[in-house]
Amino acid sequence: MQTFPKTFWQSIGALSMLAAAALGGLFVLLLLIAFAADLTFVDDTSSAAVDYETRSISIVIDQEPPQMDSTRATDAVSGMLLGHLMEGLLRYDGHGNLLPGVAESWTVSPDGAVFNLRDNARWSDGEPVTAHDFVFSWRKALEPETASLYAFIMYAIKHAEAINLGEMPSDQLGVTAEDDLTLRIDFERPLAFFDRLVAFTTYYPIRQDFYESRDGRYGADAEDLLFNGAFTMTKWVHGAEIALRKNPHYWNKDSIWLERINVPFITPDANTQLNLFKDGKVAMVQLSPDTLENALENRWPIRRFAEGTVFYIEFNHRADRLTRNLNLRKSLYYATDTSELVYRVIKLPGYLPGASLFPTWLKGQHDFLRREYPVPAHPANADLAREHLEMARDELGLDEFPPLVLLVGDTPTSLKQAEYFQNAFKRHLGLEIRIDAQIFKQRLEKMTLGQFDLVAAGWAPDFDDPLTYGDLFASWNKNNRGHFFSDALDAQVRIAQGSLNPGERMRAFGEIQRILLEDVAIIPNYERGRVFVADPNLEGLIRRTIGPDPDYSRARVRRADS
Amino acid sequence: MWLYTLKRLVQGLITVWFIASATFFVMHFVPGDPLSDTRATSEQIRKNLEIRYGLDKPLAEQYVIYLKNIVTGDLGISFTQQNREVNDIIREHFPVSATLGVLAVVFAALGGILWGALTALFRNRMPDVVIMFLVVLGVSVPSFVFAALGQLTLVTLNDWFGVSILPVAGWGSVRHLLIPSLVLGLGTMAFLTRLMRSSMLEVTSADYVRTAKAKGLSATQIFVRHQLRNAILPVITVLGPAIATITTGGFVVELVFAIPGLGRFFVQSVQQLDYTVIMGTTVFYGGFLVFMVIAVDLVYGFIDPRVRVR
Repeated sequence: MQTFPKTFWQSIGALSMLAAAALGGLFVLLLLIAFAADLTFVDDTSSAAVDYETRSISIVIDQEPPQMDSTRATDAVSGMLLGHLMEGLLRYDGHGNLLPGVAESWTVSPDGAVFNLRDNARWSDGEPVTAHDFVFSWRKALEPETASLYAFIMYAIKHAEAINLGEMPSDQLGVTAEDDLTLRIDFERPLAFFDRLVAFTTYYPIRQDFYESRDGRYGADAEDLLFNGAFTMTKWVHGAEIALRKNPHYWNKDSIWLERINVPFITPDANTQLNLFKDGKVAMVQLSPDTLENALENRWPIRRFAEGTVFYIEFNHRADRLTRNLNLRKSLYYATDTSELVYRVIKLPGYLPGASLFPTWLKGQHDFLRREYPVPAHPANADLAREHLEMARDELGLDEFPPLVLLVGDTPTSLKQAEYFQNAFKRHLGLEIRIDAQIFKQRLEKMTLGQFDLVAAGWAPDFDDPLTYGDLFASWNKNNRGHFFSDALDAQVRIAQGSLNPGERMRAFGEIQRILLEDVAIIPNYERGRVFVADPNLEGLIRRTIGPDPDYSRARVRRADS
Repeated sequence: MWLYTLKRLVQGLITVWFIASATFFVMHFVPGDPLSDTRATSEQIRKNLEIRYGLDKPLAEQYVIYLKNIVTGDLGISFTQQNREVNDIIREHFPVSATLGVLAVVFAALGGILWGALTALFRNRMPDVVIMFLVVLGVSVPSFVFAALGQLTLVTLNDWFGVSILPVAGWGSVRHLLIPSLVLGLGTMAFLTRLMRSSMLEVTSADYVRTAKAKGLSATQIFVRHQLRNAILPVITVLGPAIATITTGGFVVELVFAIPGLGRFFVQSVQQLDYTVIMGTTVFYGGFLVFMVIAVDLVYGFIDPRVRVR
C-alpha cells in the first residue's frame, strides 16, 4: 500500500470515518433506545437506595432464593425473605426477645402447649389465619415426601419423628386445632423451650386450600404464595428481581412504615454490591475482607455485629485415625492460639476468638451461659504441646508422624485459617499438615465418609437455646461426622434435652462444654462477625443472630433534608 | 447440498449424545453428594429424596431414563431450586444471555473488522503498534478484570456527574446492556482484530488486488470491494462459534453486573452438584455450539462460492 500514499490516506480517512460512524452510531442508537424505553415504560420500582416520599428502600441479595416454601427453606436468603412475608405464632424483636405473632397468648406446660390465636390475623387475600393453617403446614413439613431438612426442629411434637420416618401417617401428629383460634400441641417428651422454636421458619403457617390449588408449585413464584406477614411479594423475576409491598391485611400493619422493599439486584459479588452502595442504589451491604478496605477509604461508618456462627476444628475419631489419640489432639490444641488467628490472621472486625463450642451470646439461666459457666483459660503453650506430642508418639509407637489432612472449604477466610494451622503445627510441633480445600458439597461428603484427620467446620444456630449447639457431639447426632463418642457427654445431652429445670439444664451444658474441651473433641476457632455499611437515612434496621437477618420490616427512612 | 446438511446434522447429534454421556458419567463420578446440606438428615428422608430424583436406581438405568427424557425434551427438576424445571430455567435465562451475547458479538465483530483492517493498512507503523498492543492486552486480560474495571469506571463517572449515566449493575433496560456487552465482547474483539489483520495482509498481496490496481481502480474501491470482502471470510468462519462461546461464557460478566443469565446457573449448578441443571445446561450449550458450527459451515457456502457443496 505504501506505493500510493495519497489515495492510501484517502482510504484511511474513509475507513476511520466509517469506523467512527458505525461505532458511534450504534452507541447513540442504543442510548436513544435506552432512554426512550425508560421514558415510555414507567418504572414501578424506585431506583434509589432509600426514598422518604415513596417509603421505599432497595436492597441487594446474595443469591436467588431456591424456593419460598417455608417447610423446605434452609438457606439464609429464603429465611430473610420469608421473615418479611410470613409470621409464625411468635416472632423475635430486635433484641432477641419473643413477641406475640399470630398467637396472642400462650401457655407451655411440661407435656404440651396451647396457643391462642388473635382473631384479626389475616392472609393477604383477607381470609383469617386459623389454627388449621398451622396444623396443615406442620404436618406437611414432617411428611417424608416433603423431605424437609429442618423436619428435626419439630421432633419435640408428639409422633413427629415417627411421621418423618414414614412410620405413621401425618394426621397422627400431636397438633390439634381445637377451634379456629386455639392450637394445642402435645409433646413427645418434656421440652423446656418450645415457645422459642415456633418463631422458626419451618413453623410458619400455610393455608391448605391455597397450597393445593397451586398443584405442587407452592412457593415457586410470587403468585404461588400466600402471605400473612408484614409484606407481600408482588414480583419475582428469577435471578433478577424481587419486589415486596406492605401487606394491607397484616394485623399489625400500623407498626410497619415501609411501603416497598425492592430487590433489584441479585449477586454474590462483594465488589459489585459495594459499587451499588456507592452508586446510591442499595440501602445496606455486607462487607467482605476485600471490600472492607474500600469502604474504609470512603470513610463510611462501618457497623458490625456478632453474627453468631461458631467455627472450630473437628477431629476424626474413627479407629484408623491418629487423631483418635487424646495426647495428639491435646498437643494440637496447645499449639494453637485463637487470639493470634483472629487478630493477626483473619483481621476482620466483629470476629471473636473462639473458646468453646457455645458462643458468647447464648443465654443461660440468669445471665449469658458463658458467664455462668466460664471456659477455663487456654494459653497457647508450645512446650506443653511438644510434651503431649511425645506422649502421643510413644502411645502410637510412631517414629515419624505422617502428614495430617486438614479438610477445609474453598473460601478465602477458610484458606487463611487453614494456612494458620498448617504454619502453627509446623512451627511448634514439626508436624506436616496437608490442606485439602474442597467446595461445600464435596467437603460435606468427605466429612461424612471420614476422609480427613482434621476438618474446619462451623455451626450456625437454629433456635435460641444452648441445645442448638449442645447435642452436636452426641453419639447419635448425624452431624457428628468425626464420630466423637463419650458416654459422659451423651448422658449430659440427655439431661439437657429432657429436663425442665433451667438450672439443671445449664449445668448440663456447662458439663458438655467441659467434656468437649477436656477430651479435645474440637479446637474452637472463632465466632464469626459481620461488618456492613448502611445508608445514613435508614433507621430501624435489625441485625440478629437468630431469626430472619437482616430484618427491614420495622425500618423507616429519615427525611433526607432533616 | 441436502445430503450434506443431513450428514452434518447426524454428526452433530452424535456429538451432542457424546457430550451428554460424558457429562453424565463424569458428573456421577465426581466426589460429592448432591443431596447433602448443612443439616444432616435421616436415612428415610435421604431415600425419599433419592426416589424423587431417581437416584435410587442403578446408574445404567438412570442413564437410559435420562437419555429418554432428553429425547422427549424433559430435562427434569432442579435439585437446588426445588420447584423449577430445568426447561423453565433455560427458557427464562437463556434469552438474557443471548441478548447480551449477540450485542457483544456485534461490538466484537464491528470493532474487530475495523481495527484489523486499520492495523493491516498501517502495518508496522505507529497505529498498528498501538492497536496490536491493545489487542495483546485484550486477549490476555481475563474478563473479570475488564468487568470490574468497567464497573468501577461507571461508579466513578456517576459519582462525578452526580447522576446515574449508566446503571452500575442490574437488568431490565437497554441501558443495563451496554457496558456488560462491551466488556463481554472485548476478548473476542481483540481476537478478531488479529485474525482480520493477518487475513488482510494476505489479501493485499493477492493477484486479484494487483489486477484491480492495474485496472486503475481507486484505493478506496480496491479496499472496500476486493480486500475487505475477501479478508472478511475467515472472520465470518469464527463468528459462529464466537457467538456460541460468548453467549455461553458470560458467567463472570453476569455475576459482576448482576445479570440473570444462564451462565450463572450453569456455573452454580456445578458448584452445588445440581445434577439435573448440570445435565440440562451442558446438553443445551453443547447442542447450541454444535448447531452454530453447522450453521456457519452452511452459510459459508453462500458467501464463498469456492466452498459451496453441491
